[in-house]
Amino acid sequence: MAQLVEPAPAAEDAPPPRRRLGRRQRRRLVRGVQYLVFIAAVLTVALAADWGRLADAFFRLDIARSMFPDVVLVALRNTVIYTLLAFAFGLALGMVLALMRLSSVAPYRWAATGYVELFRGLPALLVLFMVGYGIPLAFPEREIPGGVYGSVMIGLGLTAAAYMAETIRAGIQAVPKGQMEAARTLGMSYTWAMISIILPQAFRIVIPPLTNEIVLLTKDTSLAYVLGVTAGTIELTKFSGDVLNQRVNPTPLVVAGLLYLAITLPLSQLVRRLELRAARAR
Amino acid sequence: MNAISIQGLHKSFGPVEVLRGIDLEVRYGEVVCVIGPSGSGKSTLLRCVNLLEEPSHGSIHVGGVEITDPDCDIDRVRRRIGMVFQQFNLFGHLTVRDNLTIAQRRVLRRSRAEANRVAMENLDRVGLTAKADAYPAQLSGGQQQRAAIARSLAMGPELMLFDEPTSALDPELVGEVLAVMRGLVADGMTMMVVTHEMSFAREVADRVVFMDGGVLVESGPPADVLGAPREARTREFLHRVLEPTRVSEEEIEAHHPA
Repeated sequence: MAQLVEPAPAAEDAPPPRRRLGRRQRRRLVRGVQYLVFIAAVLTVALAADWGRLADAFFRLDIARSMFPDVVLVALRNTVIYTLLAFAFGLALGMVLALMRLSSVAPYRWAATGYVELFRGLPALLVLFMVGYGIPLAFPEREIPGGVYGSVMIGLGLTAAAYMAETIRAGIQAVPKGQMEAARTLGMSYTWAMISIILPQAFRIVIPPLTNEIVLLTKDTSLAYVLGVTAGTIELTKFSGDVLNQRVNPTPLVVAGLLYLAITLPLSQLVRRLELRAARAR
Repeated sequence: MNAISIQGLHKSFGPVEVLRGIDLEVRYGEVVCVIGPSGSGKSTLLRCVNLLEEPSHGSIHVGGVEITDPDCDIDRVRRRIGMVFQQFNLFGHLTVRDNLTIAQRRVLRRSRAEANRVAMENLDRVGLTAKADAYPAQLSGGQQQRAAIARSLAMGPELMLFDEPTSALDPELVGEVLAVMRGLVADGMTMMVVTHEMSFAREVADRVVFMDGGVLVESGPPADVLGAPREARTREFLHRVLEPTRVSEEEIEAHHPA
């Protein structure tokens, strides 16, 4: 409780104040300690590490140079292609699942809920395995179109769809109910109102989380190796792993890591911008 | 034939009966204001007229078509009924112009030029031609509500429903919306208005309907219902609405026993 009593004016003969720090001084001290701890931690790691051996192991320029241009023209390109294919497949399926979850037909809701729970609970690696080896067993006469590309698209897309379905459903539900009512009172059918009024607004809401999903998918493409990729379909992780085995040196991992970051950092930055813009629009 | 004809209308939300037997006729060209305390079912009544709420019992005819018939093509009937909401409900991702043209083009199949012409006519009617290319978020509440009225008018409705059109507005913005509505009355539009604006009701309504507890308590010309109410419930409601500073604590306790 704030006291409304005026503080007594300091009397001439009052005892000298105890040597306590003022509020501002204390705050400055606390912040100073935080900086010190941080610098000490960084210095400890920097001094304790054997930089010479690290550089020898992870930063061999000759090995890094030998990976180019294939690491970009083939491996990075395939990583991007796998990501985009899986994202497109996941988005389409996630969209259908989201609408099923909001359907008035109960079996649709059950099926969609079951799917989402199942695929969110399974490791992506396992799903990829099952698609890569299960589908060919189940349909021996038919092949997944696109070979490894098709398998990765479906294998990673199935999992991504489960996550995206939940995101899109939340987005649709975040559009105020009055929007649908207004559209219906103007004579639009439910379907038209959904397509032209609700979904465009829902997508604006879910663009940041969906972009995040691309970041996750980019990293998940490293699982493609389980399908037995060839020289033409190889992606970043497998490519650098192969070089690592040939040269018995982990430099390729650093190269691969930097190339992943070249994709994911700009995307993360984009997400942050979009979120800021959305926050301002509200 | 009446514009709206409601017979024996009941509506329940689960165990709660919100409307308990409403009979109401609205003639073409008539302006009916529905007043009553919150929770009296007046908004639900209005929303039943274009089937935003599905009635539990009873029948509703709009322009001679029974909309409570399960085989009725409600999208067709709704084209003839304009509706204005408390929260405006403009489409946030579209400009004002597109808000006015989207349903004209998709539902009435008008050409782009035709839809645009009708849109601008109606924006002119509500004094918003300058804001045609603005987005709803860039408009004040009063401007948004006027745009929402224009959006309904662009469909060429035979009657208009207003669900507390000024309740979400800052006090200084109420006037501009009421002015637009007064213009519609002057043009002879059939209107059913749920409102708390008693002076508006007194001035423009042909008939005022007082609702309480899901039934019509009293109905008649505004001078009678607002000026000399017959029912005690009407008198008490008007006393509280028109003279809120005069309501004593005893009166409140008498009607809301603990």
